[in-house]
Amino acid sequence: MARIGVFICHCGENIARTVDVAAVASAAARLPGVVHAVDYKYICSDPGQQMIRKAVSDLRLTGLVVGACSPRMHEATFRRAAAEAGLNPYLVEMANLREHCSWVHADRAAATAKAVDLVRLAVEKVKRNRALVPIRVPIEPTALVVGGGIAGIQAALDIAQAGRKVILVERSASIGGHMARLSETFPTLDCSQCILTPRMVEAASHPNIMLMTYSEVESVEGFVGNFQVTIRRKAKYVDWSKCTGCGDCWAKCPVQKIPSEFDAGLAPRTAIYRPFPQAVPSKPVIDAAHCLMLTKKKCGACAKVCDRGAIHFEDADELFRVKVGAVVLATGFDLWDHSAYGEYGGGRWADVVDGFQFERLASASGPTSGEIRRPSDGAVPQTVVFVQCCGSRDAKVGKAYCSKICCMVTAKHAMLYKHKVHKGRAVVFYMDVRAGGKGYEEFVRRAVESDGVEYVRGRVSRIYRRRDGRLIVRGADTLVGKPVTIEADLVVLADAVVPRRGSERLARMFGVGYDADGFYSEAHPKLRPVETSAAGVFLAGACQSPKDIPETVSQASAAAAKVLGLFSRPELEREPVVARVNENTCVHCRACLAACPYGAIEDYEIRDRQGRLLKVVARVNEGLCQGCGTCVAVCRSKSMDLEGFTDDQVFAQVVTLE
Amino acid sequence: MTEPERQLAEPSAAFEPRLVALVCTWCTYAGADLAGTSRLPYAPNVRIIQFPCTGRIDPLLVLKAFEGGADGVLVSGCHPGDCHYTSGNYHARRRWAIVRRLLEFTGIDSRRLYFSWVSAAEGRKFADLVNEITQAVRAAGPFEPANPARRRPWT
Repeated sequence: MARIGVFICHCGENIARTVDVAAVASAAARLPGVVHAVDYKYICSDPGQQMIRKAVSDLRLTGLVVGACSPRMHEATFRRAAAEAGLNPYLVEMANLREHCSWVHADRAAATAKAVDLVRLAVEKVKRNRALVPIRVPIEPTALVVGGGIAGIQAALDIAQAGRKVILVERSASIGGHMARLSETFPTLDCSQCILTPRMVEAASHPNIMLMTYSEVESVEGFVGNFQVTIRRKAKYVDWSKCTGCGDCWAKCPVQKIPSEFDAGLAPRTAIYRPFPQAVPSKPVIDAAHCLMLTKKKCGACAKVCDRGAIHFEDADELFRVKVGAVVLATGFDLWDHSAYGEYGGGRWADVVDGFQFERLASASGPTSGEIRRPSDGAVPQTVVFVQCCGSRDAKVGKAYCSKICCMVTAKHAMLYKHKVHKGRAVVFYMDVRAGGKGYEEFVRRAVESDGVEYVRGRVSRIYRRRDGRLIVRGADTLVGKPVTIEADLVVLADAVVPRRGSERLARMFGVGYDADGFYSEAHPKLRPVETSAAGVFLAGACQSPKDIPETVSQASAAAAKVLGLFSRPELEREPVVARVNENTCVHCRACLAACPYGAIEDYEIRDRQGRLLKVVARVNEGLCQGCGTCVAVCRSKSMDLEGFTDDQVFAQVVTLE
Repeated sequence: MTEPERQLAEPSAAFEPRLVALVCTWCTYAGADLAGTSRLPYAPNVRIIQFPCTGRIDPLLVLKAFEGGADGVLVSGCHPGDCHYTSGNYHARRRWAIVRRLLEFTGIDSRRLYFSWVSAAEGRKFADLVNEITQAVRAAGPFEPANPARRRPWT
């Protein structure tokens, strides 16, 4: 006989203001099977949970319904409370009276009627719940970090230093990411590479970190604690175990005009190349699309000059299968391509540059050795205009969001320019100045007060290049209410921060969601910023949303902490929401086998005591089954059911609404 | 008194459609949660039933929903390519292409059956969808099953 207890939460005012909770409790008390129904101010609180525990033991409840917030909030809380009182935690259901009811409806009568219905659905379901026991699976305590920028490096180091093994995969030939391209970082104006390269070296030499650069994730199978990941190590054509990084090869390469990705196209590189002098590993790869030997079977100068014999032109991509228990995605960001802005020249003019190009100009190890020079003619610009919000906060180009870092980046750029060209004029066109971090407001004030950067509040409507090579910038000064025209030698656009190209494909491989702008979705925007909806897959850095270096490092360490928490026990307890076959009625049509996305269903032979084959049926591997229920719906003989969402429960819910 | 009985008793009361939404936990349920946390108002006519995946949803459930008193049914899950279980929503999509035609053939007005993709980030889309569907089903009127005696609650 069912003995169900129903607890309706006021959630302070959140539910009680709109829903008549006392009426819902008394309606619940009249439902068949319910022996106890009360309402209370905060059921998730200690006294609230104590109330539940007492009711469970005093009234010998066989099931529990809590009408409160979303189960995604507190289902675990109430399951734990029930378990502590001796009731199987899977005999607990929640009715979502807050997110799905009181927070979205204004009419008290309608909201209360809906609340009663939602509680009724939950009661019908819980009456048919079965006591379930968690499934235990072993965990492989090795982590995979995808992305070798500062986020990936930080996460890898944190995990490795705690004694766990890490595989760090990076798409380009060197780790370091965008931070390695920066000249200085705000607000300290620290030399970016000076603070980054020690970490890069540590990551490369740590005994627990296996570094795989020039590699990409090819495919993913499995689930939390037991991922099988295939990694493609791209053909380098250089044997890194022999290469010493001496540089004789790229000095001799005749293909010398390829625009360097690291230098944002401002300088050339060779076909056999090391991405930048401080690269880790400090060894070259051959760009197969441009190498004369690989495309035309001519040249081979690098191989001739290499006295270690490290270069061989017969190389192929290699696939590696690795077993990992957790994954951290740290793929970072790119800058938006401003050629969509015809008003700013559509990317046609060399002297209208983006943030990374300016960083390379300002960098002491960059193409101009740190002197700010116009890309077109190498002259030192006397007037530089900085345009904020290029692409950001612009629904017209599909980006309504703020890229968060550009106000600080632009202030930094303007200051660097003024530090190098003392008599130069720096003008910043802005909409708002967002400088919320520690020391950030003081930094912007310094740009204005100490370095004489001019801030003009207004947008730029047009930039065009005059015959004499000067750039005419037309904007507005909204604080005085006048249009402004500036003749500039160089224009720096603060392009929007967008996720890395190709990041969506990676997300799909891991079952991670992403929003309309392509940024990876966290499990909860406030309370679970580093987890995703895919168990065992975590996020770090700008791939989740635009952020600066301190936040990136924090998030990377947070992701590492989650990984280490997962690895802290040898076994993982899995939710027992798995499918089960009724072997009596199964006809072995194998539709379920084909439908299962995880390959969790197998053939199983039923034999008699003499070993004679009686029947072959389907059987579910509980370690692999993720509980989606697709097999249940495709089963033609209704032999498949899903614990936690059985046909009994689900049909009862659907039909009980009257 | 049940809702249809009440409406019969008060013929002047405006018809309020009863909608059942069969949604997946990971996307649409979360999207509805987001509509809640963002306080986006929508019509109170919908009752949400949670499933792990739209792939779990049997077409028979839709028929039972109409039998049980629903005037309109919404099935909603993750966008193609984003299913939390990789492919459950593809199975659902294939299923509905046929079920929709079958239900139309049996005489169920196509204004009563909806199939959509709502992701966990689309709170506004969920709210707008519920409002849109409520309006359409209100225009279609109460659902009259062929055999009214079958409309009984499950005990």
